[in-house]
Amino acid sequence: MRVHKSIIFLASAVTVSFLAMLFENRLNPYYYQIAIYVGINIILASSLNLINGFAGQFSLGHAGFMAVGAYTSAVITTELQIAGNSILYAPIFALALLSGGVVAAIFGLIVGIPSLRLKGDYLAITTLGFGEIIRVIVQNLDFLGGARGFTGIPKISNFFWVFSITAVLIFLIRNLINSTYGKAFLAVRDDEIAAEAVGISSTRVKVIAFVTGAFFAGMAGALYANFVTYINPAQFSFLKSFEIVVMVIIGGMGSILGVILSAILLTILPEALRSVAQYRMVIYSLLLIVIMITRPRGLFVLPRFGKHKILSKSGM
Amino acid sequence: MSELLQQIVNGISLGSIYALIALGYTMIYGILRFINFAHGDVFMVGAFIGYYSAPRIIALMGGNLLMAAPAVLLITMLGCSVLGVAIEKFAYRSLRSRPKLTVLITAIGVSFFLEYGGQLVFGPDPKLFPQLIPSGSIINTEHVVIGTNSIVVIVTALALMMLLRFIVFNTKMGTAMRAVSFDHRVASLMGINIDTIISFTFILGSSLAAAAALLFASVYPSINPLMGIFPGLKAFVAAVLGGIGNLTGAALGGLIIGITETFVSGYISSSFRDAIAFSILILILLFKPSGILGHHEREKV
Repeated sequence: MRVHKSIIFLASAVTVSFLAMLFENRLNPYYYQIAIYVGINIILASSLNLINGFAGQFSLGHAGFMAVGAYTSAVITTELQIAGNSILYAPIFALALLSGGVVAAIFGLIVGIPSLRLKGDYLAITTLGFGEIIRVIVQNLDFLGGARGFTGIPKISNFFWVFSITAVLIFLIRNLINSTYGKAFLAVRDDEIAAEAVGISSTRVKVIAFVTGAFFAGMAGALYANFVTYINPAQFSFLKSFEIVVMVIIGGMGSILGVILSAILLTILPEALRSVAQYRMVIYSLLLIVIMITRPRGLFVLPRFGKHKILSKSGM
Repeated sequence: MSELLQQIVNGISLGSIYALIALGYTMIYGILRFINFAHGDVFMVGAFIGYYSAPRIIALMGGNLLMAAPAVLLITMLGCSVLGVAIEKFAYRSLRSRPKLTVLITAIGVSFFLEYGGQLVFGPDPKLFPQLIPSGSIINTEHVVIGTNSIVVIVTALALMMLLRFIVFNTKMGTAMRAVSFDHRVASLMGINIDTIISFTFILGSSLAAAAALLFASVYPSINPLMGIFPGLKAFVAAVLGGIGNLTGAALGGLIIGITETFVSGYISSSFRDAIAFSILILILLFKPSGILGHHEREKV
């Protein structure tokens, strides 16, 4: 029954995002932009939640994978655009998005296999290091524009692309977590030694989580690049990774709905508080400390029955 | 040949600064078993304490740098110690029995709080650090210029490291520190006050970071609120490289990172400077995760 419901959820979410796309021209461009960012941030935060929250591997390099996806898609869409056939836009962009995800996933594999043998602090700093190495490499690649950035990327991302991918990701995480695989994720998170003892290959689980997370971060990067049309390496520094981590922690590591809510909140809030923008990061960091001391499971973690009710009603 | 000598001296001077910061990481790790991410930002605050106090103290001493520099050093050390102890007391103390991840995230939070709080208080634009070390050079030939500041950096760092060694291995407080790092519970049964020892460790670590900040700012005089991030991360890598928890290892790691970095930016390209420390970290974690002088810890059920 659950699979049924979640397929209905997926189909309706994709339909709704398609319908929303038809009307997006009527929306105030500023609100439109914020709505797109909300979608991209939900993808980023939820995919990191898969790694940090469900598999329990604290990664600080998510922006690196986002960068890989963004640059891959930027190159593909810019190169193929020369053919200039508008009918081919959709398949080309689908291809670019997928390649962005796949290349990021390959990077995830390269990064993950050595570093996932490490734990906690070491893993955090190694992934941070990898993220920075990716950024430094991009900075030194001239055909990607180097530090000047990559300009003239066609603007293709819209409501349909952003929110269908968001829906697919949420559908995937939701089903994964209820599957045997997902149970293995949680087992590794809660006690790695005990999980190994019952026959779960913890390395395998961690690598799967990491690669899937990287794949969607790459897609998010591709959506971002094809929305802002200009990217440069500085946009993907570890400050961006930190922002995504904050979304996951405030939402509650391992809470699907909480992370979605906090991604929405933390995208809209800074826009609403533009007048006090210089306090934003100070407030973020204070929030992080206070939440860790008082509510380490996140701001939005609801009582057990409440959570169950809301999720099953919406079919998630 | 002469260029090589120049690079080696620069490398050792940068490396001894990293070593001072790395000692703070390694000591706190030794006692609390977590990485104090905010350590690099204590270093940054140290540079700003120096920036604000130095002109006044130099004026007070009538422009005598030989008298003023130690006074600035003491004040900066004091300021950073207060900051370090406050961070431990307000952020980390209540989390001591919580999962490691919680403490790690809190430490990252503290780090960002200091960085962005610093941008609000000190302003985000870079500032010119006042001169504390008399300019000049000890060797000045056509090819090699070895400035007074490199020598002062190396000598000061060496002296502080000897002092630290003395405190840790030859005083009662140091013995208590080593006992706590060995086993909290047993140490407290022996009548050692754990809180005092932890605060003392933070004082030592922050003082070394303060000294490192003044030396760093004397060599690279442009300071800003985000300046602690990279020296902090590199010093952390140095601590891991040498074997975290090991004092000699931290010093050794600092020197290796400093020299490697100077060579890479001198002979290959300075744009890879910031990536080199991370590459070293990844290699060391792959091949010898316990570091050069560390010993392997086995996890038990």
